[in-house]
Amino acid sequence: MKRDNKPTNLSRRKFLVVGAAASGALIVGWRTARAQQTLPYLGARIEPQSLGLFVRIENNGDIWIGARGCEIGQGVKTSLPMLIAEELDVDWSRVRVEQLPYGYVDTDKGPSDKYGDQGAGGSTSIPTAWKDLRQAGATARWLLLVAASAKWNLPAGQLRTQAGHVLAPDGNKLAYGELVEAASKLDPPAEPQPLKNPADFKIVGKPTLTVDAREIVTGQTRYGIDAYRAEALVAVVARAPWIDGTLASLDDAEARKVAGVKDVVRIAGPKPGAPFDGALADGVAVLATNTWAALKGREKLKLEWKPGPFADESSESLRRQADDLLKPAHADKAVAVRRDGDVDKARKAAHKTIEARYALPFLAHATMEPPAALLHVEKDKALLIASLQDPDGASEVIAAITGLARSKIEIRLTRAGGGFGRRLKNDYIAEAALIAKQTDKPVKLLWAREDDLRHDFYRPFYLFHMAASLDRKNDIAAWSARCAATPRNHRDVRLKDRPVWASTLAPDDFPAGLIPNFELSLLPLDSGQPRGWWRAPVHNATAFAVQSFIDEIAVALKQDPLALRLKLLGAPRELPYTGHGGPTFDTARMAAVLKAAADKIGWGRKPEADRGLGIASHYTFGGYAAHAFEVSAIDGNVVVHRAVCAIDVGRVVNPLGLEAQMMGGTIDGLSTALNLGITLKDGKVQQSNFGDYSLLRMAQAPLDVEVVIVDSGKEPSGAGEMGLPSALPALTNAIYAATKVRVRELPIGDQLRKIL
Amino acid sequence: MQTTSRTAKPSTAAPATKADDDKTLPLRINGRDYRFDGDDTMPLLWYLRDTLRLTGTKFGCGIGACGACTVLIDGKAQRACLTPMKAVAKREVTTIEGLAGAELHPLQQAWIEIDVAQCGYCQAGQIMAAADLLKRNPNPNDEEIGKISNLCRCGTYPRIRRAIKRAAEIAKSRASREGGKP
Repeated sequence: MKRDNKPTNLSRRKFLVVGAAASGALIVGWRTARAQQTLPYLGARIEPQSLGLFVRIENNGDIWIGARGCEIGQGVKTSLPMLIAEELDVDWSRVRVEQLPYGYVDTDKGPSDKYGDQGAGGSTSIPTAWKDLRQAGATARWLLLVAASAKWNLPAGQLRTQAGHVLAPDGNKLAYGELVEAASKLDPPAEPQPLKNPADFKIVGKPTLTVDAREIVTGQTRYGIDAYRAEALVAVVARAPWIDGTLASLDDAEARKVAGVKDVVRIAGPKPGAPFDGALADGVAVLATNTWAALKGREKLKLEWKPGPFADESSESLRRQADDLLKPAHADKAVAVRRDGDVDKARKAAHKTIEARYALPFLAHATMEPPAALLHVEKDKALLIASLQDPDGASEVIAAITGLARSKIEIRLTRAGGGFGRRLKNDYIAEAALIAKQTDKPVKLLWAREDDLRHDFYRPFYLFHMAASLDRKNDIAAWSARCAATPRNHRDVRLKDRPVWASTLAPDDFPAGLIPNFELSLLPLDSGQPRGWWRAPVHNATAFAVQSFIDEIAVALKQDPLALRLKLLGAPRELPYTGHGGPTFDTARMAAVLKAAADKIGWGRKPEADRGLGIASHYTFGGYAAHAFEVSAIDGNVVVHRAVCAIDVGRVVNPLGLEAQMMGGTIDGLSTALNLGITLKDGKVQQSNFGDYSLLRMAQAPLDVEVVIVDSGKEPSGAGEMGLPSALPALTNAIYAATKVRVRELPIGDQLRKIL
Repeated sequence: MQTTSRTAKPSTAAPATKADDDKTLPLRINGRDYRFDGDDTMPLLWYLRDTLRLTGTKFGCGIGACGACTVLIDGKAQRACLTPMKAVAKREVTTIEGLAGAELHPLQQAWIEIDVAQCGYCQAGQIMAAADLLKRNPNPNDEEIGKISNLCRCGTYPRIRRAIKRAAEIAKSRASREGGKP
């Protein structure tokens, strides 16, 4: 299959002209077919015809499909067009994909989005597109069918479509390209069109290669950081090293002497204690004609900062605070997240109570492409080219800082060098806007890796105290999880009306609903550090505590860890799940992925000497994942000999992409468990670059991740995040099986080397 | 400033004999000649990106730890972020944009077939590191492949391994195709 996206006779600009003239949101606004007939289509050798916002068909049979999502490596640039192509009923090898820009429109009823939801967060791209983008494809197909029906004077009901053609009962057929002119003059259907029976899918469910892979491997892809303008000035920023620190003095004389440095400007961080909705820190930006000059200029700045109120925070003090808060004396400070039955009573009646604590550090996102933006702010308009996850938020923050109307802010989306939640925060866009406002030139903002690790919205710090009370039959009669954590809602306006535990803990996480006496509570910790969403938010921490603890209970009871999990899940049924990914949690689907992972790794066999098998599972955002690892840790050196990930995300759109996400999530989980943590001393982040924030390298990663896809055929969830959470406890459970050492604090670091 | 329009464009002339008063550095990048008259301590990375707009070579860490900026210098994989301009004078630099010949490099072909890339940002560096490896060792085993120290935040390592092995096959079949008839 040829998947060549080289520029054709249709330039990007022309395509954007068509797109920009269209109006209204997708479902109601599909009636763009006629509107664009009046648009000039200058210079095109072949007259293309568009059917709505997402589909353009050329006379030569090529089908252009617009990809609306922010591509951060999760595969939406391929998978979302697949959904449209499926319902449009075209030959995928004729499909070409074009990244759509951010589609903001003002309407009578306020701001609206032209292409639907374009953000990348919460693994929602596929479930959302499953509803609206398939309908987009079906509507375009309907227009073509009706056009053929008029041409042949046959009822549309007698016609069918196949691979880009409309077929008549007598064997006549018309290519879509021959119908598109007539089709584009039709009124859109009044009702949503019926969608295909999954049994008839020809594209969805088939392994499909990344549409722009050729550009990637030849170095042609332009990420946000690759956007240049001849007249642009490169900006790098020196930032206050403390939260709410402020600039005390600045001497930029030496910096300005560096050849190429054009200006030095100040930018303001947040007001002390106020929401983090602009730049994250007070800063001084050096603007230069090239990156090297800007970096050298920054080194020459003479700066003094006032520390602010968090200058004595440290990881040790945070841990002390957490240990202290977990003492019974502070029980009144606990905020209940969920409470079933009577845990205290059950504990008093219990035969035995098992307790353990699990600690997880702050984590940085460390996207391979550091934050960067090209922003040109002019008097009456602005242009942003950047790698984003939340273009709505970027548009809002530029409007807030520049005073421009959002409709005057053009945003071009690029492929992003990773997201992992970092780009759900637009602080770097705010920085670019604060700088760009002070110059008439375009500003090309670049963060060095040190800037990125030290100025992030970190995954919260967690310390869990788990307790399980067993009755005389050794059933778990009571479960208590008390969690001291730095709540995610800290200085976040988007969470201000939510409970303090929102985005930090999930009330219906396993094993909630399966144990009669259950409590989950949060003890909020004070910390100045900004907190953000980090791949599989909430679950990247809770899975470790819960799935480690289940393993410890199994050991204490001398039960098989898999059998205990299956017993807890019990009879197949759906339990209510109020958090993101709900409305239900299906015990049978969880059990199925556990069994699939266990089967694949050969659960129950006796592994080679010095090796152990570990298993864990977790439900994240509608997806069910289980990991099983075979591990050794001789002298404390962890080697993952086999890694299995079983996954049920409902109906699979692109199995090749799903396998990639599970492989990546698994390795991300291993990397995180083994090596990663952000620590604080004297109020400052101690890590600076990949030397001390050491992502897993190829030699440490398993040779393969064996992905088992359990196709339940249910409504699809996304897949970007589910592959991570259970990887961490599966690893430490396997380490226990191999060594009898229980890791309760992450990262593993050199803990095992000290013991073994 | 370190760049002039003259140095930013490929010179059409063959590498000229250097005049005594010419303090510019002669460069050869992807088969084209350039001359550079700026700060010769500047890392090659910024010349490639800012001046030549060869943006396939990526910035990831600036300390040689991640390998996103890997290029070939006289065929050997090097971190462009740590290589000062003065170190590349009169040497042959190949970036990802210059790797393919008339057809894609076997690694590029294999990378597409195996669908290695997720975000894709580190992949140019991975491919350049692998190109060096395959040149030295046309049939690398797992341990030898594991010596590639480039970081991938998306965790594509297993597919990188598969793609390198696949590229070795592609290279072999191309060699036998071009090796003439029996």
